[in-house]
Amino acid sequence: MSNTVLKIENLGITFGGLKAVQHLNLEIKEKQLYGLVGPNGAGKTTVFNMLTGVYKPTEGKFFLNGENLTGKGQEFINHKGIARTFQNIRLFNNMTVIRNVLVGLHYQPEFKCGFFTSMFRLPRHFKVEKAMRERAKEILRIVGLEEERNILSCNLPYGKQRKLEIARALATNPKLLLLDEPAAGMNPQETAELMDIVRHIRDEYNITILLIEHDMKFVSGLCDEVTVLNFGTVLAQGNTKEALNDPEVIKAYIGE
Amino acid sequence: MKNFKLSHYLNYIVIAIVGIVFTLLSFTGNVKSLYLLMLENILIAVLLSVSLSIVVGFLGELSLGHAGFMCVGAYLGGKASVLLEGVLGNTLINVIVSMLIGGIIAAIFGAIIGLPALRLRGDYLAIVTLAFGEIVRSIFMNSSKTSFGGSFGLSTPRYDKDYLFIVGFVVVLICLAVVQNMMRSKHGRAITAIRDSEIAAKATGINVTKYKLIVFTVSSFFAGVAGVLYSFTQYNVQSTNFSYNYSIEILVMVVLGGMGSINGSIIAATLITFLDVKLQTVLTGDLAVLQDFLYAIILIVIVIYNNAPGLKNFREGYNLNVLFDKISSRKNNPANIQDDEASWHRVPSKIQIDEVLSTKIQRDPTASIKPDKEGK
Repeated sequence: MSNTVLKIENLGITFGGLKAVQHLNLEIKEKQLYGLVGPNGAGKTTVFNMLTGVYKPTEGKFFLNGENLTGKGQEFINHKGIARTFQNIRLFNNMTVIRNVLVGLHYQPEFKCGFFTSMFRLPRHFKVEKAMRERAKEILRIVGLEEERNILSCNLPYGKQRKLEIARALATNPKLLLLDEPAAGMNPQETAELMDIVRHIRDEYNITILLIEHDMKFVSGLCDEVTVLNFGTVLAQGNTKEALNDPEVIKAYIGE
Repeated sequence: MKNFKLSHYLNYIVIAIVGIVFTLLSFTGNVKSLYLLMLENILIAVLLSVSLSIVVGFLGELSLGHAGFMCVGAYLGGKASVLLEGVLGNTLINVIVSMLIGGIIAAIFGAIIGLPALRLRGDYLAIVTLAFGEIVRSIFMNSSKTSFGGSFGLSTPRYDKDYLFIVGFVVVLICLAVVQNMMRSKHGRAITAIRDSEIAAKATGINVTKYKLIVFTVSSFFAGVAGVLYSFTQYNVQSTNFSYNYSIEILVMVVLGGMGSINGSIIAATLITFLDVKLQTVLTGDLAVLQDFLYAIILIVIVIYNNAPGLKNFREGYNLNVLFDKISSRKNNPANIQDDEASWHRVPSKIQIDEVLSTKIQRDPTASIKPDKEGK
């Protein structure tokens, strides 16, 4: 396979005395679909929060394409190419669907438009706005929300809000996309649709995807490799089928 | 221009027309000086409420120190005009330069206050800004008589009232242009994104620090300019006028006008100032005690009218929008509204979020799906 996109070395974080995540080692190759699973409270979202700069890891490092991003700010990490969605949907509720995506496009170099350029309404402002709209519509088409682009995002049904979050993250042109329970609250049909979307995104944009999910069908259908976390430590790692059938993993999920 | 929409520029046109009408009236001597003073007060209130609305309505932070920024502008701009009076020959240049000085110094203070705003949120920021306003006020109150006049107040040059309000109109138009162009660009989008969800905005790569600072700076700049204008209309700047009561009055204008609505702020500022001045002139003598009482009653009635669920049908059936729709017989299609950059005010803000569930935006969700019209 090709080169490594994300490399996590011995990553860990403690809150007071609680070791939320410890000794996490991961390596994700380019265009890989990687799963992060585990029971509730295992520390999966904490890993995401460390990778996106919400929390500063207390030990270990992680590298994106060889660049050390440990402990950097959220905006900086996003500009370097890690985008995420949230477990509890965090859309810009009072904005229309297309505006949500336009915010995601804000820092793209081709849509650069200075504060004073906008203030004085120079021709560049209009040109950029138009190009941004075109691009936003294109992204919405991928997730199948083009028709709904002019309604308020808080009025979208739950499943579509999840898709909009993916669209917004995609707009920031990431190299690595972190999806936090993308299929939560979706019906089987929507889940199947989402699987197609995720594959399409990876193939079309060469994006590497790391996802957290409780729906094991979804995980085994998409990911070729997984890491299973339990109480902040790695329980099993490697090929999806083998890892999910590991007796330790089954024990962690269902009990003895 | 291909994309020219009259509705985007309607507020400029209305303000410009009102300005021209008053200019003509005052040159033919048809306006009493009392009304000119009221007009100047209204212009100052409009400046203040529009500038505060970008902090409260668009960025979603509560600032209670707006009178403090105004105070900085009033004293320092006023002082600058006194010092410059002999230096610059032309009165107009003097006025403009002192406005810039007052505005810029207030903007610097705004940036300084913006810095804690990056760490504090909500009520805590409100307390910090409130304290700032009071500190500024008491510093000027205790200044020596030769510097800023202390408790005697700072006397400013007496400029001709007939011209001053024209300057006021121009400044309001500039302020409106700056605020509106800022909010209707990608930068405005980023600012409203911060209001809706700061965490998501950060994760989407928005530089929250930068935008908060910009908003606080722009807002306090115009508050400072309003302060300078105030010092010219009053002839004498008294620090007692800038108490936190005044900050709250500005906040009331913003809230009544509707959060996130520039036009609403302008209308509310006009009405409240008009009401205030009118009550003071009509109720004199023994009735003067009723001034504050009636003022408060009217405010309560307006708020109840705006928010009471029982009056909802009445509000939606008989309002200006409905009237305009009848006159222009246009289709009230929510889709037209929401992709229109000028209609931010129809998109509900955080404050009205529970109302969202019942307003026209959701009344007919299928109506918002309309054929592609923008990008052909």
